[in-house]
Amino acid sequence: MKSTRQGVSAALFAAARGFVTALALGVLGLTAAVPAGAAPSGPPIRIGATLALTGPLASTGFVHKIAGEVFVEQINKKDGLLGRPVEWVVLDDQSKPDLTRTLYDRLITADKVDLVVGPYATGPILSAMAVAERHGKMLIHNSFGIPKLAKYDMQFPIYSFGMEPEQTFPNTLLDALAASGKAPGTVAIVTSKFPSVHFLSVGAREVAKKRGLRELLYLEFEFGNRDFGAIAARVRDADPDFLWIGSVGLEGNMLLEALKKLNYSPKIHFHLYPAPAPLALAPEGQNALSLTLFEPHPPFSRFPEAEEFIKLYRERAVKANLAYPEADMQAALQYATWQVLRAAVTATKSLDDKVLAQWIRNNRVDTVLGTLRFSGAGNYGDDLSKVKQVQNGKWVVVWPKEFAAPGVKLLMP
Amino acid sequence: MPSATLLGQSLLSGIFIGGLYGLLGLGLSLSWGYLRLINLAHFALAFLGAYLTYQLAGVAGMHILLAVLIIVPAFFVLGVAMQWLFTRFSVGEFASLLVSFGMTVIIESAIQWLWTADMRKLQLEQGTVSLQVGTLFVPVTEALMFAVAAALSVATWAWLRFTYVGKAMRASAENPEIAAAFGVDHRRLALLLSGVAAAYAGVAGTFVAVIYTLSPAQIFAWMGVVFAVVILGGLGNPLGVLVAGLVIGVSESMTMAVIAPTWAPLVSFTLLILVLVLRPDRI
Repeated sequence: MKSTRQGVSAALFAAARGFVTALALGVLGLTAAVPAGAAPSGPPIRIGATLALTGPLASTGFVHKIAGEVFVEQINKKDGLLGRPVEWVVLDDQSKPDLTRTLYDRLITADKVDLVVGPYATGPILSAMAVAERHGKMLIHNSFGIPKLAKYDMQFPIYSFGMEPEQTFPNTLLDALAASGKAPGTVAIVTSKFPSVHFLSVGAREVAKKRGLRELLYLEFEFGNRDFGAIAARVRDADPDFLWIGSVGLEGNMLLEALKKLNYSPKIHFHLYPAPAPLALAPEGQNALSLTLFEPHPPFSRFPEAEEFIKLYRERAVKANLAYPEADMQAALQYATWQVLRAAVTATKSLDDKVLAQWIRNNRVDTVLGTLRFSGAGNYGDDLSKVKQVQNGKWVVVWPKEFAAPGVKLLMP
Repeated sequence: MPSATLLGQSLLSGIFIGGLYGLLGLGLSLSWGYLRLINLAHFALAFLGAYLTYQLAGVAGMHILLAVLIIVPAFFVLGVAMQWLFTRFSVGEFASLLVSFGMTVIIESAIQWLWTADMRKLQLEQGTVSLQVGTLFVPVTEALMFAVAAALSVATWAWLRFTYVGKAMRASAENPEIAAAFGVDHRRLALLLSGVAAAYAGVAGTFVAVIYTLSPAQIFAWMGVVFAVVILGGLGNPLGVLVAGLVIGVSESMTMAVIAPTWAPLVSFTLLILVLVLRPDRI
């Protein structure tokens, strides 16, 4: 029996899982490739990508899929690209960076797509970037969390939070809190060690110190932590004015639930990358703060195509039975990716990666996120991040004031 | 120096999560110990139970006890059917690992197909209620879960130890040929035990639904630590699984409280390695 268990390697597990997943999806009638609608004329322009359609990132992967499909459907209803229809070839990367690498290789060498766009999340994007660089393909991506790791000169980040978000974003957040007139005096930072989260939390720690906040607690936990009882007990013991939760997905919810069971509600709580639906819809999520680039209300809804995007996304998300069917930042990131790609192809009348990259580097593009530029270090532009808050079960932008939802202001205890 | 309240609260938290480890490990331990099947699908069944609880109690508005009364017998039948298939196709111990892994992925895909990859939360009023005892807070759902885990472990232990069926089961696991010579029908017993193990997965799933937010990929998040619990507790040892769950749960929780949360995952696997080195006969 011992030799039995020892003989099963991780590689075997991964291979078996991939095979069985493919089999299962086939049995269930699901397909990973998503051909887009009817062609305006001529052979389609094929644009390849992977998304996390299964695995731990799948809930956000589906948001990206819906947003991309909305764009492709709309463009095919009009003139397509260069008068040709667009076909989006999407493969399921199962939330795995290693598989993402293989699939991008396949898209470029076997499927021979004309262009590629990025997958969802930092790890898979990093994998796709390496493949794109090897084949000289341009890569527009939309959810890369560690700007300093983006070294390839033909990669373009739609996730516009600047080259040093670990400095700029915590300052934006603390500016918002200070402007409320109830600036916190003490802080507790509880953070996942997930790489794209951890460096931002470390940055927030330094910024808080520089701005004179007294640190009562700093805790790190492993990604995938299941039990937040003891961590909650430590937070309650510290009782800070402001709780920074460096969370991914459900971690913030789990900590809030554990705190609630201790009859404790944090005064001000910020969640870095929360799962939007569970946090907005949970009673303890009220007043939760987070980072965003887009929410479906003015002034964002007045940006180019935004109103139509918000409406169409919502229709599809309701149909897909998503718990939070509003077009939030993740959906807008995917949509803006296509807007930038379309702008470059239309302006250059070319599908040549180098020509497109050159154009993107030298031009600004109006998108649902606002006007994006890619001319800074690492092809990053300005930090466009905003602060959003859960109010009455919905996420709304509260800072900067000019981007706040109409009639909405930051709610403080 | 951590306060007494912090230590007490962390101890409670460790006991409760340990109870869940024990509850999730109970069925796995039984099928591994007595049927020689390493049934990874046990985790998928637990999450299927969680999603069904969400559907029945959350979406359909059924009382949660009624949902349990539907899920547990249904899972018993499912467990019997799985065992019939394992026997029909002569799935051995090593093969069971791969076959049940495949079944896990199929169940995960089915869950995603039915409920999407979106996260689902069963919002029950009583789900976050706590009782205050001195300076400590006792979450009612977790306390109930621990009580159920302890009751099932003790009942299963007593069943295996004192009843004819239990003795036959142990005899059959020890030496199937001799047991058969005494009239023990191993196949029927295996069907019964597999049904019981799957029903336990259904019970665990109900508590998972009440306590946690659900997403299909979480099936795999519990495997490592529950395997450690099952091996530490001894295969087919219901009380051992509960005790191992408590040891790991409390160790992790106290590590988080006194040292740092990042050290917690090391605890369960360090204990596992120590047991494998010092007591290899436990497997």
